[in-house]
Amino acid sequence: MTGDWAVAEDCVQDAFASALVAWRSDGVPDRPAAWLYTVARNKARDRLRRIIVEREKLRDIADLAVQVDEFPEIDETTLPDEQLRLLFTCCHPALALPNRVALTLRAVAGLTTGEIASAFFVQESTMARRLVRARQKITNAGIPYRIPTADLLPERLEGVLAVLYLLFNQGYSDASRTDLADAAIRMTRNVVRFAPSTDEARCLLSLMLLQSSRRAARRDKDGQQLTLENQDRSRWDRQSIDEALKLLAPLTPVNKRGFYRIQAEIAACHARAPSPGATDWRQIVHLYDVLVTMSPSPVVAVSRAIAVGMATGPEAALAILEDLDADPRLSTSHLLPAARADMLVRAGRHVEAATAFGFAAQRATSDLDRQQLLREAAAAMRHSVTAKLALPETDTSTRKKDDDDPRTR
Amino acid sequence: MRYVMFVATDPEGDPYSAEDDRIEDWGKEVGERGVWVDGNRLRPVEDATTVRVRNGELLVTDGPFTESKEWIAGYDVLECADLDEAIEVASKHPMARFGRLELRPVWPFD
Repeated sequence: MTGDWAVAEDCVQDAFASALVAWRSDGVPDRPAAWLYTVARNKARDRLRRIIVEREKLRDIADLAVQVDEFPEIDETTLPDEQLRLLFTCCHPALALPNRVALTLRAVAGLTTGEIASAFFVQESTMARRLVRARQKITNAGIPYRIPTADLLPERLEGVLAVLYLLFNQGYSDASRTDLADAAIRMTRNVVRFAPSTDEARCLLSLMLLQSSRRAARRDKDGQQLTLENQDRSRWDRQSIDEALKLLAPLTPVNKRGFYRIQAEIAACHARAPSPGATDWRQIVHLYDVLVTMSPSPVVAVSRAIAVGMATGPEAALAILEDLDADPRLSTSHLLPAARADMLVRAGRHVEAATAFGFAAQRATSDLDRQQLLREAAAAMRHSVTAKLALPETDTSTRKKDDDDPRTR
Repeated sequence: MRYVMFVATDPEGDPYSAEDDRIEDWGKEVGERGVWVDGNRLRPVEDATTVRVRNGELLVTDGPFTESKEWIAGYDVLECADLDEAIEVASKHPMARFGRLELRPVWPFD
């Protein structure tokens, strides 16, 4: 439309601001997208006229862009191409990754600077400076405001998906920021609409839908995370699951599996299982075997060990976890001892489990995790006492955490 | 948009091979695109001279103003449509493999 990112961002936001005022008094027009587009175009024309005179001042205007809190409610159906242009510009590789994420939230998802600052635990003034710097770089370095040409698209799309994935995880791991997860889903949906034949985009959307389908079930009344095994599966959102599985259905060549596809397929294994016992853990192990070769992260390795434990028994998992003990990247994390403790419980080795849970609790960085691990340590201790008294059968109840935690994936 | 592209060495780049250093191909490419304005190699840092005036006194020293493992070995001035074109042009320069390139937008006085 305008070819200038700062102007276009402002104009789209202005159009939304006008829409909110006009629609409140006149009602929503028959074709809201067309209405918005016309308004944005007119605004752009006005703006461009002014720029010719006052190019420098524009940067200041862009920095003070109108704050439209209600933006996310209406951006879904409107100006999808404009949104894509913004998305590709905000996710340009010449911008630092944290800036890409912040800009995307501000310019595409329409969050306020204050909201973004609180999502990333920084001062609002810090975030404001970061956004100003990122916008200045777009203007000064000549980052183009457009959907990339076909030859650049695969590489740039990868960058966009990475930002959306990060955004979703941020929203998913923090129960108070589900708006971020919703924004990520909306934007990913738009990317899929734009590039329907791109497997990785479809798979990322599928993964997001599968994870968020468990939103209502993943915490108990007190906000404690429930493991997949302990979740009430009737509270999983079937509509999201169906949509997610449909997105995966047309994919066939097994050798072209990407990072998001593997993860979506793992999540799909859980979604398809009517009960925890019906989970196809062998398939999950197989998928983790592929994922480990793709993403040599120790967290993936821990998750794989747990899957092996679920498929073939806790002792097998404990052997793998022992090997991972040497990995320095895990040396300060609670994940490894927590996974170990979980498998020890499943093996009926409650005293060792209690110790491992205690050790994990020491390393936990959040109070919520620490409390939960200490509770499990206490529970394992109680079990060991009962076990000594009655020698009951092995307890295989469910301590596994939800899928953010490698005790799960 | 006008960019100055600094051509720098990089100890982590591919080992230099004269055979693969097809700078003529790059010269032809940028010529055909019409993006090349100016450019040259630079003599090594041993030939550099640093000049300062401190408290009114002229200080002239032998060598570059920073000592580092990387140094600027050349420059090109490019006139490109936008950063994406500049990145594409830079990525085809042989020194993108043996060294690294830094794209700096020119900031004119106006």
